[in-house]
Amino acid sequence: MSDTHAQTVAYVRETMLEPQAPPVTVVGPIGWAKTNLFSSRLNTVITLIALAFVYLVLSILLPWAFHNTWSATSLRDCREMTGTDHGAACWGVIRDRWQQILFGNYPVDLRWRPILDLVLLLVALAPILFSNVPRKLLWFSAAYPFIMPWLIWGGSVWVPVMAAVGFILGYLFLKFGEKALGSLFAMIGAVVVAIVWWLFFLGPVSDIFASILPIGLEKLGSSRDIGGLMLAFVIGVVAIGLSLPIGIVLALGRQSDLLIVKTLCVGFIEFIRGVPLITLLFVASTLLNIFMPPGTNFDIVLRVIIMVTLFSSAYMAEVIRGGLAALPKGQYEGGDSLGLNYWQAQRLIIMPQALKISIPGIVSTFIGLFKDTTLVSIIGLLDPIGWATAIRADTDWIGILWELYAFIALLFFIICFGMSRYSMYLERKLKTSH
Amino acid sequence: MADIATDRTIDRSKMQVSDEVAIQITGMNKWYGTFHVLKEIDLTVQRGERIVIAGPSGSGKSTLIRCINRLEEHQAGQIIVDGTELTSDLKNIDKIRSEVGMCFQHFNLFPHLTILENCTLAPIWVRKTPKKEAEETAMHFLEKVKIPEQADKYPGQLSGGQQQRVAIARSLCMKPRIMLFDEPTSALDPEMIKEVLDTMIELAEEGMTMLCVTHEMGFARQVANRVIFMDAGQIVEQNEPEEFFNNPKSERTKLFLSQILGH
Repeated sequence: MSDTHAQTVAYVRETMLEPQAPPVTVVGPIGWAKTNLFSSRLNTVITLIALAFVYLVLSILLPWAFHNTWSATSLRDCREMTGTDHGAACWGVIRDRWQQILFGNYPVDLRWRPILDLVLLLVALAPILFSNVPRKLLWFSAAYPFIMPWLIWGGSVWVPVMAAVGFILGYLFLKFGEKALGSLFAMIGAVVVAIVWWLFFLGPVSDIFASILPIGLEKLGSSRDIGGLMLAFVIGVVAIGLSLPIGIVLALGRQSDLLIVKTLCVGFIEFIRGVPLITLLFVASTLLNIFMPPGTNFDIVLRVIIMVTLFSSAYMAEVIRGGLAALPKGQYEGGDSLGLNYWQAQRLIIMPQALKISIPGIVSTFIGLFKDTTLVSIIGLLDPIGWATAIRADTDWIGILWELYAFIALLFFIICFGMSRYSMYLERKLKTSH
Repeated sequence: MADIATDRTIDRSKMQVSDEVAIQITGMNKWYGTFHVLKEIDLTVQRGERIVIAGPSGSGKSTLIRCINRLEEHQAGQIIVDGTELTSDLKNIDKIRSEVGMCFQHFNLFPHLTILENCTLAPIWVRKTPKKEAEETAMHFLEKVKIPEQADKYPGQLSGGQQQRVAIARSLCMKPRIMLFDEPTSALDPEMIKEVLDTMIELAEEGMTMLCVTHEMGFARQVANRVIFMDAGQIVEQNEPEEFFNNPKSERTKLFLSQILGH
């Protein structure tokens, strides 16, 4: 080292610098606009073009949308009120027909049931979605799947009770059969016991109870009365609730060492993913009747729910498989080395992490599923889209178009956006690393 | 490599090797597909032994100790751990795994659980210990590895050395009779290696039966009662550390030692 560098090389700081406030151009609104909107000449040009575009869209949209046409009872009314043929929105159709868009033909005097169902849904979801809600409410969440269809379809209270008994029987079989049969056979046995109960004993046993103690709600005339947003909710909520657990089982099955389990799961997933949902819905609405013994009345909404559930489970399985694949092998080994068995390791270590990784994909699948419920209008069920078509065929409202679809879009947007925001909240909450 | 553990006098009073056999491996062979990884391994470990397994990478040393708690399956021969033979019987495997603690190169802590939850998970679910008791045990061992104040943090918030000490505490919470270490310091910065080795030395001082795959020859010299050198899937040489380091017999061992020690 030469002498000329001696001073710069041997350097000792004697006083430490205090932190100072940043210049005004990098913080606050000015700083924000400068970095995000006007950071370079190109950026400034793009910002101005974008502003012009937004102005253009709003200048067309707002004058169209803001018209006081709520009281109109037909499209003709609207045109008289606004004095134009096309330039004004006619919101009277929403006021006139919102009940059909929300409830379909569901009997007016029974509408408290789906409304109560929705309120109970929020109560049942609260402990699942938010960890600061009392854990005891989870018991209600467990009971909700049995209350919900009962409130919608009505009938004897013993049917949902006996359906729940099937789960209890399966659980008891699993618990006491595990020692004698081993966990795999106990599990298969439990499923068989529950299915046998539902198929052969549920009906007669609940009839017996109903004849002793007839408690029940007025039975819904036809499932086709369930319509509008309520139909989308019924299909969406049930399919969302079922597709996650089924998807988990399928994803685990796909990774299984047992050849038959693996082949069945892969076959199911690949088949369902290779087929459009519409074809499955057509199968549900027409073909299934051919395979059923004559005279069986298999509820159309139930058939659709089953198809939509199977469809989304296959996608869910693939989303979760992605989460499983992202986990390092060490996590499995960590659990194994501590002596946890397969199910314990899955439940306590693997799934919490795999599901957390898959949250964006899972919620996307949920959102997609909820929007896909509109496809049932193709097989003649009157969901909001089905009702929009029906309303547009009404002589009073012939020619109406944007207002109905905008309203339906708004309803769907609120729900889907809510799911999306919740998933982001959940991701933030579960973040444990820096 | 430097003798990192030298600044500490080691209390050998409890480091007693008993006659009781902890692990008995006879004629064990393992293949990965057609590749023969472990060839005719015979090894008897007595209770209280501290064995260091050394060897070049790919020599099968990690695979050997991973066979002891069945993270890897062997295809021929016999492994008896604590009197229980490792077969495909899942009950035996889970029993042995709960008796044998293991620490990994990359710690394998559970990132979604706090340090305390990491330590209490297996006692609660495998041993069915009440939660409160499991937490007390966990805090005891976390104090032992000198990080009780981190109990409520998540693994991602700790340094590598701290994480490895948590991993050791997590294994100890199961009160294992044998501890396996698979290159516990290989992923750590030099500064952190010492804190982990100190924890391992303390464990040895309490008479724990240990098998340790490591490149820390200082640790081997001071703590081990036996050093095993492996190459190409076989045990090439084993001896007491003094003899092993000062007077290696096989050419392969001499070459290895000259490479690892001869900077």
